[in-house]
Amino acid sequence: MSGVLAAGQATSAGASVTFWVLAVISVAAGLGMVLARRAVHCAVLLAVVMLSLAVLYAVAGAPFLAFVQIIVYTGAVLMLFLFVLMIVGVSARDSMRETIAGQRLAAGVAGIGLLVLLSLIVGHAAIGPAAPPSPQYGTNNLRGLATLIFTRYVFPFEVTAALLITAALGAMVLAHRERTTPKPTQRELSQQRVSGAHPSPLPGPGVFARHNAVDFPALLPDGTPAPLSVSPVLARERGSSAAQLPPGGGTGDDEGAAGRPQIAGAEPEEARP
Amino acid sequence: MTPGSFVALSMILFVIGAVGVLVRRNAMVIFMCVELMLNAVNLAFVAFARLHANLDGQVIAFFVMVVAAAEVVVGLAILMAIFRARRSASVDEANLLKY
Amino acid sequence: MTSSLAAATAPGIAPLAATGVQRGMWLLLAFPLAGAAILLLGGRRTNRWGHWVGVAMPLAAFAYAVAAFAAMLGYPAGQRSRVLTLFTWIHVARFNVPVGLQLDQLSICFVLLTTGVGSLIHIFAVGYMAHDPERRRFFGYMNLFVASMLLLVLADNYLVLYVGWEGVGLASYLLIGFWQYKPAAAVAAKKAFVANRVGDAGLSIAIMLMFAVFGSVTFTGVFGQAGKASQGVVTALGLLLLLGACGKSAQLPLQSWLLDAMEGPTPVSALIHAATMVTAGVYLIVRSGPIFDLSPNARLVVTIVGAATLLFGALISCAKDDIKKALAGSTMSQIGYMVLAAGLGPPGYPFAIALLLAHGFFKAGLFLGAGSVKHEMNDEVDMRRLGGLRAVMPITFVTFLTCYLAIIGIPPFSGFFAKDTIIDQAFSKGGTSGAILGTAALIGAGLTAFYMTRIMFMTFAGERRWDPDAHPHEVPPIMTSPMILLAVGAIAWGGYEILGDRLAHFLAPVTGYQPPEPAVFSVAGIVALVLVVAAIALAWAMYGRRPVPAVAPAARFPVTAGRRDLYGDAFNESVLMRPGQWLTRLSVYFDNRGVDGLVNTIAATVGGTSGRVRRVQTGFVRSYALSMFVGAVLLVGAFLLVRI
Repeated sequence: MSGVLAAGQATSAGASVTFWVLAVISVAAGLGMVLARRAVHCAVLLAVVMLSLAVLYAVAGAPFLAFVQIIVYTGAVLMLFLFVLMIVGVSARDSMRETIAGQRLAAGVAGIGLLVLLSLIVGHAAIGPAAPPSPQYGTNNLRGLATLIFTRYVFPFEVTAALLITAALGAMVLAHRERTTPKPTQRELSQQRVSGAHPSPLPGPGVFARHNAVDFPALLPDGTPAPLSVSPVLARERGSSAAQLPPGGGTGDDEGAAGRPQIAGAEPEEARP
Repeated sequence: MTPGSFVALSMILFVIGAVGVLVRRNAMVIFMCVELMLNAVNLAFVAFARLHANLDGQVIAFFVMVVAAAEVVVGLAILMAIFRARRSASVDEANLLKY
Repeated sequence: MTSSLAAATAPGIAPLAATGVQRGMWLLLAFPLAGAAILLLGGRRTNRWGHWVGVAMPLAAFAYAVAAFAAMLGYPAGQRSRVLTLFTWIHVARFNVPVGLQLDQLSICFVLLTTGVGSLIHIFAVGYMAHDPERRRFFGYMNLFVASMLLLVLADNYLVLYVGWEGVGLASYLLIGFWQYKPAAAVAAKKAFVANRVGDAGLSIAIMLMFAVFGSVTFTGVFGQAGKASQGVVTALGLLLLLGACGKSAQLPLQSWLLDAMEGPTPVSALIHAATMVTAGVYLIVRSGPIFDLSPNARLVVTIVGAATLLFGALISCAKDDIKKALAGSTMSQIGYMVLAAGLGPPGYPFAIALLLAHGFFKAGLFLGAGSVKHEMNDEVDMRRLGGLRAVMPITFVTFLTCYLAIIGIPPFSGFFAKDTIIDQAFSKGGTSGAILGTAALIGAGLTAFYMTRIMFMTFAGERRWDPDAHPHEVPPIMTSPMILLAVGAIAWGGYEILGDRLAHFLAPVTGYQPPEPAVFSVAGIVALVLVVAAIALAWAMYGRRPVPAVAPAARFPVTAGRRDLYGDAFNESVLMRPGQWLTRLSVYFDNRGVDGLVNTIAATVGGTSGRVRRVQTGFVRSYALSMFVGAVLLVGAFLLVRI
């Protein structure tokens, strides 16, 4: 830790090189994030930005913040993003065609305008060199932060805690779905299974799989794709692309629709636990 | 490497994030651009803390992170609910308030 | 030219209050008004006996007028002007208008003329309108007219005079358009009313001017202070009053309505458009003598108008084949004589009144004669379809002949004394104007003789050019008696005059003129007689000796101009009507395109703008986000500007 700190406090060439390299990387990642077609790529590039920012925090003398950035921000928040992306549709490619006329032009102009204005402000503000490290800013970053949080900023701290609790509760409420039918009991489920098409337990995932990809259906004994082998969400999302025999292998290609039998869209309701 | 350069980098990232919010149609990507803007602001706070050799900037950056996390939680929950109802993650689909 | 007598009743000194019989002056108005009310408000229930009420009322008024006249003769000459104030009409700050009736020498002449000749014409109308189902309504309107005319001449201030003025205009409109189902009659009534209105505008502006300058509209108030007004004001007043008189008396430039007014029943033409209403203008000028005395310019204009009109009317009359229209042109001409005389100042006033009274008799008689002819010939008025009526309608012929001799000025009939003194006075005015006016009057006398003789020959002499189903007889006694009485009046009035200018003496306190003892015959009178005889001979040669063609022959300039009213209508149409129509069309156009266009454009602009602006609400979140972002950028820019 002290090594990082020492490296951060020094305005040496090493710090400069770190800064400039990371600056270029983060700007490039940011641009890529805005321009990427698939949402997963955007998430990964955001992760790159966050990580480079973490290093920059460390260089700037905020090691605690650097680790919090990695652990909480990248490790928790961004992962949350990725989970939701999975549910929503991980490989859906966004259309890059703009539907609102003049939106891009206006956004670009406004953005450049803001950049110019901010440059003027910052240039006018004459931000000088870093002040010499004070005792407060000194070697024990963690203790200093703790002191501040629990003395001067204790009220915002408490309020933020309340905010967190409220957010968690709100998320639970929003994600909650009422059952419209009573939950089937164990007895009912057994009765359904015995009187249904498959009395015996179904094979586990991957037993009849022909391929590693989860959206590649398994084949029934008569050679047709098995509808139950692909998640209904994926089947619906991919549409015609799911459950197809590849002419020469390869991963799921979104656009190829010719010659691939479709899996009918299943109910989104999970009938099985 | 001076705090000024940190602030400049923060500005650039902020503007990139802002333009991204306006240009992208996928709700998830818009969210992520908002996160980028928040991160840029955090960087600016840290830079100013470094400038004044004062930890207040870092404390505020810390709080920003907390609030950002709470916001992400609630926002994603809303997004899920909308997605369940509309089967689409495009923000342009929700245009019923037009003239 | 005033005398001590005139100075004793100088204008501006308030007349005495009425006493004795004259305190019932209001009866003069009450009788005919009651008659009109009974007949018009009573409706069809009064149809069977209504006309007798309509006759009785003017007769009652005449009886009272004779009594009041007798009472007046009992007063000394300087105290014959009496006022009866009925009530105060308007009393607002400085503006004080009492309703008062003034009976003096001038108004008693008119009262006697209106009620006397009017009663005779009412009696004639009983017979003339015997077959008309609307006879009762006719008498109601006639009584209304008599009431208004009496109010006009009895008023003691200009505003009440104006009420009577408007009343006779209304009655004239109702009576000209009596047969409303005839489009020609309705149009003629409207034309008369509109032309009168132009004159009324002049009179009302004069009244307003009087109030503004003198603070009063009563005769005593105005005439007493007339000397204090500037020359411009007095001249303006004179010209405005002249305009009013021209409208009512059908003088140039407002003469076009009189010939069209012959669409009304003949008794209407006799009473209103010969004897009484058209003379109201002359009354106004004579009554306003003190104002005209102060303005030589206004007076000159009056004489010019009178002279021009007398020639105008005479020329029209020479070319008309419609007997009533020829007589109407004659009326226009004779009133031109009266206006000319009135414009000569105090020397001319008594002779204008003399001619007016004589004209009342003989013109009414001529019109009643024409009415008899028309009644018997199935409403035929074209003289080319008449002829030879002397044998079948002897009484009508004799009365018509008497009035004819009176109008052309053969002594000892009444017209001679009146007209020749006017010609005399015109020449005595002196200077170029006197010579021109006198010559015009002489020429007018000659023309009068010509056209009247023409009428006589075409109507009563010559061979019969009648329609096959016309069987004329003499008219019943109820129609011949008034004609006889009027003919007697035409003769007797001359006799009255011959006894030493009695009318002029009688009127002296009002007009301010004491005539010297005149010679009975003057140079001008002899020249006029010679002209008259020559004209009679010419007319005999053209219409008496040669057969009159039944169809009007094609003619050259003077006759064609006369047949078209000397282009009076054409002038009015091109100078007044068409520009007026263009103006209204322009206003309508401006209103439709301009005003409406402006309002509609504003509405359309608002609608269009809102239609465009609402497109901002696209419903897309990203557009809203963009506008928020742009707003934030602008705010930052504003902060920057403030700080730097």
